[in-house]
Amino acid sequence: MSGLAGKSVGELLSLYRDGAARPVDVVGECLDAIDSRDRVAGAFLEVFRDAAIARAEELGKEDPGGLPLYGIPVAVKDNICTRGFPTTCGSKILGGYRPPYDATAVERLTAAGAIIIGKTNMDEFAMGSSNEYSAFGSVRNPWNEECAPGGSSGGSAAAVAAGMVPAALGSDTGGSIRQPASFCGVTGLKGTYGRISRYGLVAFASSFDQIGPIANDAEGCALLMQALAGYDGKDSTAIEEDCPDLLSGLDAGLAGLSFGIPEELGGWDLDPAVASALDESSRAVAASGAAQETVPLPGMETSIACYYVIANAEASSNLARFDGIRYGMREDAGSIGSLYISTRTAGFGEEVKRRILLGTYVLSAGYYDAYYGKALSVREMIKKAYCDVFSRIDLLMLPATPGPAFRLGEKIDDPVAMYLSDIFTTPANLVGLPAISIPAGLSADGLPVGVQLVAAAGREDVLLRGARGLEKIFRFRERFVSCGGDV
Amino acid sequence: MTGSTGYVPVIGLEVHAQLLTRTKMFCRCPAAYGEEPNTMVCPVCLGLPGALPSVNREAVSMAVRLGLALGCEIERESVFARKNYFYPDAPRNYQITMYERPLCTGGNLVFEDEGTEVNVGLEQIHLEDDAGKLLHGRGGHSLIDFNRCGVPLVEIVTRPEIHSPHQASLVLRRFRQLLRYLEICDGNLEEGSMRVDVNISLRRRDDDELGTRTEIKNLNSFKAVEAGLEIEIERQRDELESGRTIVQVTNLWDARERKLVTMRRKEGAHDYRYFPEPDLPVLAVGDGWIEEERAKIPELPLDRERRFRNEYGLPSYDAGVLTAESDIADYYEETARLTGEPKTSANWVMRDVMREIKSTGGDIGVFPAGPAALAGLIDLVKDGVVSTSAGVEIFTAMLESGESAAAAVKRLGLERISEEDELETIVDRVLESNPDEMERYHSGKKQLMQFFVGQVMKESGGKADPVIVSTILRRKLGE
Repeated sequence: MSGLAGKSVGELLSLYRDGAARPVDVVGECLDAIDSRDRVAGAFLEVFRDAAIARAEELGKEDPGGLPLYGIPVAVKDNICTRGFPTTCGSKILGGYRPPYDATAVERLTAAGAIIIGKTNMDEFAMGSSNEYSAFGSVRNPWNEECAPGGSSGGSAAAVAAGMVPAALGSDTGGSIRQPASFCGVTGLKGTYGRISRYGLVAFASSFDQIGPIANDAEGCALLMQALAGYDGKDSTAIEEDCPDLLSGLDAGLAGLSFGIPEELGGWDLDPAVASALDESSRAVAASGAAQETVPLPGMETSIACYYVIANAEASSNLARFDGIRYGMREDAGSIGSLYISTRTAGFGEEVKRRILLGTYVLSAGYYDAYYGKALSVREMIKKAYCDVFSRIDLLMLPATPGPAFRLGEKIDDPVAMYLSDIFTTPANLVGLPAISIPAGLSADGLPVGVQLVAAAGREDVLLRGARGLEKIFRFRERFVSCGGDV
Repeated sequence: MTGSTGYVPVIGLEVHAQLLTRTKMFCRCPAAYGEEPNTMVCPVCLGLPGALPSVNREAVSMAVRLGLALGCEIERESVFARKNYFYPDAPRNYQITMYERPLCTGGNLVFEDEGTEVNVGLEQIHLEDDAGKLLHGRGGHSLIDFNRCGVPLVEIVTRPEIHSPHQASLVLRRFRQLLRYLEICDGNLEEGSMRVDVNISLRRRDDDELGTRTEIKNLNSFKAVEAGLEIEIERQRDELESGRTIVQVTNLWDARERKLVTMRRKEGAHDYRYFPEPDLPVLAVGDGWIEEERAKIPELPLDRERRFRNEYGLPSYDAGVLTAESDIADYYEETARLTGEPKTSANWVMRDVMREIKSTGGDIGVFPAGPAALAGLIDLVKDGVVSTSAGVEIFTAMLESGESAAAAVKRLGLERISEEDELETIVDRVLESNPDEMERYHSGKKQLMQFFVGQVMKESGGKADPVIVSTILRRKLGE
């Protein structure tokens, strides 16, 4: 192969503009890469082979300069609706379901010239941090197939990391884009809550869920985000203000930005690889002439409890519609009540059931105030703390995950340990802030480690500029990606 | 009901009204009725995975108008909430409604019942979406039609301040009247565009403490409301008087058997696990919006009823009947304005117009004789061109032909005869053919004057002017 499938979004766009590649070539190479690599990786649940080739041929007749994502193959997480194609959310309960409509995000990508190449594996209903909770088998980390790719957007992160596609869509409810991006050595962006329409994203926790791009670099994320962002009347929680221009200031560098590192990190027993990635980032920031200070950031530990109460409460209601009546799987039974019970018992996996039960419990009469009501108040406190922090700094810098990818099976029997994988990512979801994970280095075992940046609400431009600046210093792709891309 | 027993019924209503919006509550599907099942649906109202609700502003406007008309506080910020329960007609298995922070709070319904002002306080009015319809028993299966699913509803919750079945049905009639005045619901109980659930408990007359309440659903007419409540009050009283306690149950009204059927008792109260709907932001209704809706509110029923009494000098009964429906009231007012005869106009509208509408099930909006036509007829009667009895005949003819009163009179030859020559000829003929009566008249039986007038009227086919006829008769009989 000539390596087209492993190119970044920006690189492909230049090749197209220069007439050095055609969409059919790129799609062909992506499909070849999927054929040869995905048997092991298990990143895809469905490949839109014919549709992707047909779309590439159509695009071949158009002007490569006319569309911002001209000919860019994109893999889509399987909880984002694709009209006429399976959308399972990694669950048996949606077996055979084909939505009659495209998610707004899919419509926008397509309108921008992207080619949807298939649907990626995920933890069932996006509940999980390792991809092991998929009903269709776990994805393997392209850097080490014994390791988890992270989750829940593990399929999307692995597909990009393994060079099967230049970009993918994930969804991030508590870190589900950034954590797998960190585990797989790719860049994952979650925008401000409401930046990308959720219409067509199968809801896990509505007040947290955001679709976002995963790509080889910050530029790729910026290019996708620019096409995905913007008000959508079909999502009442979408931001009405326009998304800032993410591309013109992308390469403005770090100088002039002010970074904050949470004071509380000092008290954490960080994995050595994570600690050194953070140190390296800090030195890079200092060397580039950007300002840097430690900032108090209370509530980091509280945030995970708060997150799991609210997210599961919302999930218990959001997942009520999967009942075997109208679509997906049905286990027939004697009465309507037993039909619900047998369908949901057989259709949902253990983790989903656990969360539905937890969520049902915290909303129950007599417990609502103690759990759900309390969690809402804590969420407001955390919001305020972040608001204060961003009155002082432009970007918060912290780990994306407590450690590099863990081994498959390592945490599957310990849900709380699994939940703690999200400790550094959930606050951005609680507050609704834009955040990005970029690969910073490798652990002693050769596994990628990411660094996370968080910006003020609505400032994806600042976030991407910071990420791009760091990425240029780390040169992660140039230094390491050859090993990742060849799995 | 309340007198001898020592118990006072305590009744509260929950009224659901389907709003006459063009589209559904949370999507753009038409809110249309009578269409092929499952043709007025989309991913949103079918609750498909990934679909999200968007609030229909027209529905909010209508609910605000209703709230203003009932003197409610319109909350500047209200919150949609999810009511979680599993049922196949609710495709998300939760209803989007309002719970802790409804759109309208407080307020009251005020009306007059036989001269007494009745005032029933309201808890709240909120917006929610309707469920689909289950069709049972087709080949052993149940089918679901989702056309109705997502149609906007307002729910009006009264305080338990109603104290008799009759009053409950009056309150319901008044809600219906108001909804129709505001043109936000057609108020059809039989077809379910307006539905009512009632709560009923008995309180000891000498005690402030409320008894355990039961609920009655499925009451599909005003009569059902009264009958269902009567039965339940009787039952509760029997229970209490026998020393038993009331169990909190839900009863369904069986319209065919005219009785209550107790639904299966649930273990404990149902926990709907209400929580704020995360897919919808806080509903903000600013002063500007509220004032815009206030300006759209027409004169309300009670105000109009009172004005009809004061301005037109109508009796309470007439004012109540004429203002029951706003289009009848409009028709009446226009007729009265054109004739300058409010009471005569009221009689015509209440008697002839309303009888016709009732018997044909017609709509006054498309009534063949408009106010101008009726006013023309009333004028003809007033001016003595036609007699009152001929007027009724003429009105019927106008309805059939659609012609004006004058044209109908001409066509039917019903003009009153007031030409003296013509009348004298008829009088002479009558006197000639009744010599016996004439003799008896002259011998003192003066009451026979009425007989002669009647005969002349008969001869003239009702067209003779009785006043002129009397004058001629008196002259001829030598008075």
